[in-house]
Amino acid sequence: MQTILESGRSEKNYWKDLWRFRELFQVLAWRDISVRYKQTVIGILWAIIRPLLSTLIGTFVFGSMAGFASDVSAPYALVIFAGMLAWQFFHTALSDASNSLTTNANLISKVYFPRLIVPTASIMVALIDFAISFVLFLLMMLYFGHPPTWNILALPLFIVMGFFAVMGPSLWIASLNVKYRDFRYVIPFILQFGYFITPVLYPKFKIMEKIPEHLQILYYMNPMVGVIDGFRWCLIGSEFPLDWTAIASSIFITIFFMWLGIRQFRKMEKTFADLI
Amino acid sequence: MPKTAITVKGLSKRYFLGHQSTQESYQSLRDSIVRAVKGFARKAGDMARGKQILAGDSVEEFWALKGIDFEVEEGEVLGIIGHNGAGKSTLLKVLSRITEPTEGRIELNGRVASLLEVGTGFHPELTGRENIFLNGAILGMTKREIKEKFDEIVDFAEVKNFLDTPVKRYSSGMYVRLAFAVAAHLEPEILIVDEVLAVGDMKFQKKCLGKMKSISREGGRTVLFVSHNLSVIQTICKRCVVLKRGQVDFIGPSADAVARYLESESDFHWLRDPEKKPMSGCHFDEITLKVIGEDTPDPSVEITAKITNEKERELAFEVHLFNASGEGVALGLSGSVDRLKFEKGTAEHRWRFPAGRLATGSYGVSVRLNVPGVKVYDEVWQKLSFDFQSPPHPEHSYRIAQSWGHGSFMLDLEKA
Repeated sequence: MQTILESGRSEKNYWKDLWRFRELFQVLAWRDISVRYKQTVIGILWAIIRPLLSTLIGTFVFGSMAGFASDVSAPYALVIFAGMLAWQFFHTALSDASNSLTTNANLISKVYFPRLIVPTASIMVALIDFAISFVLFLLMMLYFGHPPTWNILALPLFIVMGFFAVMGPSLWIASLNVKYRDFRYVIPFILQFGYFITPVLYPKFKIMEKIPEHLQILYYMNPMVGVIDGFRWCLIGSEFPLDWTAIASSIFITIFFMWLGIRQFRKMEKTFADLI
Repeated sequence: MPKTAITVKGLSKRYFLGHQSTQESYQSLRDSIVRAVKGFARKAGDMARGKQILAGDSVEEFWALKGIDFEVEEGEVLGIIGHNGAGKSTLLKVLSRITEPTEGRIELNGRVASLLEVGTGFHPELTGRENIFLNGAILGMTKREIKEKFDEIVDFAEVKNFLDTPVKRYSSGMYVRLAFAVAAHLEPEILIVDEVLAVGDMKFQKKCLGKMKSISREGGRTVLFVSHNLSVIQTICKRCVVLKRGQVDFIGPSADAVARYLESESDFHWLRDPEKKPMSGCHFDEITLKVIGEDTPDPSVEITAKITNEKERELAFEVHLFNASGEGVALGLSGSVDRLKFEKGTAEHRWRFPAGRLATGSYGVSVRLNVPGVKVYDEVWQKLSFDFQSPPHPEHSYRIAQSWGHGSFMLDLEKA
């Protein structure tokens, strides 16, 4: 095996190298998972409490106070929780992955490995949290007597969609964050903003009523709109029909961000160690 | 004909450094605001152009490596020596693909693993067992390789009873032993090692050294090895590269390289930037360190200082000695009771201290001109250093090195 190092040379074996280091990828993800709830009293319960409380608050504010609950036939808590599943995944993945390079600065400045592993591993960790919340969701379905339909079989597709929807922006922000730490302060803001404008706490048709038709395309630029749509269709049932425009534009935006993120990441990754 | 494992051609690496100008010692609020606005404008511009953000208000480029050429044959163990800041670490970082060269080309034939720090990626919350797997994976071992060598690693590190304890509860010695044990069981074709032998107690050091020797002897592996410990370098490597200010000063047999390194670098030099003079009226212009009589049983260190004094005054001169990890080792005073008289004008002064009982290693030197407890006229802090090789003791053959952890001095014991 020969490796040639030159300034600005793009690595021929880039993707092959990534495959060769696949075990490191597992190990880093496993490390983050096992460290995550160490020295906490209730441990893994945190993964359950967060979405549960958010759902409770959301149901109270939007379901009861704003009265949205009467516009849907399914239990409102389930409607919110379905959106919350997707959104919490996006939230955890984006904030962890964006900071992952800087939190692993000691590794990056001392050892070589394909840098792409670090943010990807932290997205995997968010997927584990997602899996835990998902079990909770199934229990809640039992409690409310609202069993899943066959639509649930399509859920993996939307999980994959969500994975890539968060991966693109994460890579882009993670690499810029190495150089400009400003992004550390921008991300929480974006996420808080997104929490309200993405249909997490309310069904999508509620916000579409308020947006003029010619501006709706702007709303669809948010890749999570399509993902959450899909989640509701899979988990709650056909009461929430699939919106193909939303899904198509989600896919389009996701591809765009993946391209942007990978391009930025590859352009900068060789200088990470100097800048971090 | 042996194959080449590493070819380095015209390798250069540039960094940009930011400086805070320190001209004005008094700053008005207005100055600060103007400076902040200027800085913000520059940073915003850099960000828009995708350039690196630098602290301070002037930017300087710095070549950490400049035009490096060398080749390493397969199975060869090549030493790299050079003074602090000569570019050794940068060279290793570039070779191990952590950072990209600015110019030049490197060809590596084989799988590379680098060991620039002991215990990279150890997580304090994880147990010893877990950290072996984590650290192994980070250094490039597969899970299967780690499993095969697990028992060997544990034996080597002598931590069998603490395998399931989080490493944050380990003593620093145990921590370091475990970390080195993992690294020592790496089996790449090319191994790049920075000064990692300087860990642990003496017994463990010997063990590490033995391991390093056996790796290089039987493994047929190519090893690049950086160390300050010249005797270790000479026993492990046949050939050495001497780096000096980012350039190759010498390549050749270790003994010659070490001699070259000692003669070129054991005197060290500091020159004042004429624009940065203190206002106290008495300051250093130039300082030179030199180890005298290194091959004799009675070496000493000589400090030559050029001092400019605006009017005749009486001062004291202090020398502070630090070990390689920056901890204070010793203090030398001249004129702290009866002040030394300094005439008006610029003159050269010389001080000397015996170094016969110093341990082998690198020493930092700081000097100061003051009236003790009253006023500091000038100081040159942590800018000078010298490397020192312990002389043979007249009565026994024992020589100590700083890195062994016994400190920096050998005491002579007399039977009372």
